[in-house]
Amino acid sequence: MHDLSAHAVPHGAPTSFIRKHVFSLDHKVIGKQYYALALVAAVVGMFLSWLMRIHLGWGSLAIPGLHLLSSSGAPGDVMTPEYYLQLMTMHGTIMVFFVLTTAPFAAFGNFFLPIQTGAEDMPFPHFNMMSFWVTFVAFLVMIAAFFVPDGPTLGGWTQYAPLSAIGQVGGPGQGWGVVCWAASIAIFCIGQLLGSLNFITTTLDMRCKGMSLMRLPLSAWGWFITSVMGLTAFAVLMPACILLILDHVAGTSFFVPSNLVIGDHVLPHTGGSTLLWQHLFWFFGHPEVYIAIVPGLGIVSHVLITNMRRPMLSHRVLIYSMGALAALSYMVYGHHMFVSGMNPVSSLAFSFPTLVITIPSTIVVLIWLGSLYGSKLRINAASLFSLGFISMFISGGVSGFFLAQPSIDIMLHATYFVVGHFHLVMGVAAMFGIFAGTYFWFPKMTGRMMNEGLGKAHFILSFIGAYCIFMPFHYLGIAGNVRRYQAFTDDYLIPLVPVHKFITVAALLTGFAQLIFVSNLIYSRFRGELAPSDNPWQGTSLEWSTATPPPHNNFGDTMPVVYHDPYQYSVEGASTDFIMQTSTENVHSPDEEK
Amino acid sequence: MAKMFAVVIVLIAIASAVPIVMHMWPMPQDISAHGHLIDEQFADTMLEAGISFLASQILLAFFVWRFSAPKTGDKIKSFPGGAVGLVVAAFLLVGTEVLALGLMGSKAWAAVYFTAPAADAVNIQAQAGQFAFYFRYPGPDGTFGPIHADQISEANANFFGLDTTHDQDSKDDIVTAELAIPVNKEVHLIMHAKDVGHSFYVPELRVQQDFVPGLDVSIHFTATKIGRYEIVCTQLCGLGHYNMKAYLEVKSQEDYDAWIKQQAALQ
Repeated sequence: MHDLSAHAVPHGAPTSFIRKHVFSLDHKVIGKQYYALALVAAVVGMFLSWLMRIHLGWGSLAIPGLHLLSSSGAPGDVMTPEYYLQLMTMHGTIMVFFVLTTAPFAAFGNFFLPIQTGAEDMPFPHFNMMSFWVTFVAFLVMIAAFFVPDGPTLGGWTQYAPLSAIGQVGGPGQGWGVVCWAASIAIFCIGQLLGSLNFITTTLDMRCKGMSLMRLPLSAWGWFITSVMGLTAFAVLMPACILLILDHVAGTSFFVPSNLVIGDHVLPHTGGSTLLWQHLFWFFGHPEVYIAIVPGLGIVSHVLITNMRRPMLSHRVLIYSMGALAALSYMVYGHHMFVSGMNPVSSLAFSFPTLVITIPSTIVVLIWLGSLYGSKLRINAASLFSLGFISMFISGGVSGFFLAQPSIDIMLHATYFVVGHFHLVMGVAAMFGIFAGTYFWFPKMTGRMMNEGLGKAHFILSFIGAYCIFMPFHYLGIAGNVRRYQAFTDDYLIPLVPVHKFITVAALLTGFAQLIFVSNLIYSRFRGELAPSDNPWQGTSLEWSTATPPPHNNFGDTMPVVYHDPYQYSVEGASTDFIMQTSTENVHSPDEEK
Repeated sequence: MAKMFAVVIVLIAIASAVPIVMHMWPMPQDISAHGHLIDEQFADTMLEAGISFLASQILLAFFVWRFSAPKTGDKIKSFPGGAVGLVVAAFLLVGTEVLALGLMGSKAWAAVYFTAPAADAVNIQAQAGQFAFYFRYPGPDGTFGPIHADQISEANANFFGLDTTHDQDSKDDIVTAELAIPVNKEVHLIMHAKDVGHSFYVPELRVQQDFVPGLDVSIHFTATKIGRYEIVCTQLCGLGHYNMKAYLEVKSQEDYDAWIKQQAALQ
């Protein structure tokens, strides 16, 4: 915990437009910039998924105007097989990196972590500004892949070598497309490393007086744990991407073995290892799943507590469970490689921690359910999306039972079962966490309320729609439907095409439902009802004790002093049903940390 | 809204379970000697996962229904047993469940991967390249000739780069575009990648294994039902990935012997 006198205000209030809105050092502005970037990326990613889904349902259908995106990829507006793979790769990459990592962690974390810890800003504001702009450049480099010769890479978001490392001979987009992909991700990693450094130091060193670690809200814990994962996981992915670039531009063979033959020519590579890429990628890739979801665990817990008017059954157990998920995430990555040719003994070694990780996951769910019991649950858009998150987390979690076992993975690996699993637990759940955070914190971020009726409509359509899209994926996978196919020409797959058509219709309708959210967001930003107070949800944590929107240094002239645990709701003897962390009211619940 | 949401959760949970219970899109039939172990493991896991899924979703719906409209004066109630009870329950129930699944699943995995192929297994080499599979039988000498990468030629139909002029072992090798195997006889498949990563997946055979460039991988299996089945690639290998397939022909021993003779004559 820091002594405020030891820290000067990190930077003065900006005076110019550029310093205030563009190259800002203010964590709140940077948080909004990350949010805007994630929103743009989500629109792009969702648009790509629409194109893919239409193609999977009706492969020969001309999509008007598609040739404008790529004349060679869509001659006559009909998508070619390679262009399908290119769009699929970009969809996965953009969604995983620029939406699911950026919004719940970098956007909300930037805006609220310093406020919830009682800090004036992050300790390295220039690094923080750099982290956003570096991420922005990474996004531009990724989008630039659409405009290089042959377009973006077709190798999937996992970019398995040697397909990703042999250059143009591997297929369209495998030259400059891969270089753009790897350069973008390497740059993205730099942004995440800078951000993680700030998040960790903010949490450990910038807390205000009275704010012990256990008095941090669960959302702050989610961001803190995620930043530790980010620092270690992205530090592995970045060099892997650099080595991949070198295989393209410097004639090295890190990921390409000897004697590969394409087009009757032996490739001029020797001595590389294809499995090396998989190990490096998944050492990042599995923690990445938790990088996407742990901030959501924290955010929905925070939102639910406020709306249940009670703390969770155990604050500590939730924190320890999130920590256990993070620690175990490094020990389970090999379950992506059960049939990769890795030593089969290693498969069993990776299987057990993968099964064990269900224990902290189950504890989190049980704590949520046990806390709902006997609560005074308020229903609003934020709490609905939090409850929806729990439902999705359960559904995506139980399908993990199957994929954790190498024997069953023989059947389900690389099928739509896997696609359904990770979309529910990592994609939809994380998106619901973002929506919950948006509806909940919007008044604090903008001073205005979002429309609740539209928010509830958005929720119910998204909830039903997401299940209509992703639950059938599991049935397809059980039937042996292989993923990453642009058409289903195999005899045993043809009967499954009607299921794909159903999914496509559901995806289009659910996608349109997101327009309700975007409209609500934009309209409410400028014309929404003014927030009735600085604390419209009667919350207890520090973000609700400051002005709306918060001033430049977050708390004005007087820095906060914390006297209470983060979630003192419905405490007997208190004057209201909530005691803010800064309240000097000397009433404590029996469970309050000493 | 809370009650509507609770009803929607229950309806979705039930609707999600119906296709599984009704076997609307079941696993393809099992035609392998080891497949029943995988199928039993899958069924056990489905039962446990299904119960966990339905119980959790219905409990969530019930709590949302029950506790979303508190009456004035209602007090917060604690869940019986509190957090400690739930943590103990998670460790006991889920811990036992995953331990049991892990141990039973290990048995199925070991049956596939921890046993050596039988001495009299039929040795076949499979080669995957963009975007076709080829198969090689060692011929009467029982030995595969060496692969010369620089002699691989699609144009000359020398898919394995065999040098039949200089390599004695290669002279009787039989190369085909489909995989024919005898029923009820173990097959030892040696997998070689020509260019990039591919995979060998026959859902009915309960076999899926990646081809790893630079590393020959082997698997062994026994097919128990005569028929024709599709072999598909599950490792993204390029623009023709979706169309990379071959056929597995499981034949009677007599038909297999005749087929081998016929293929040898065609080389």
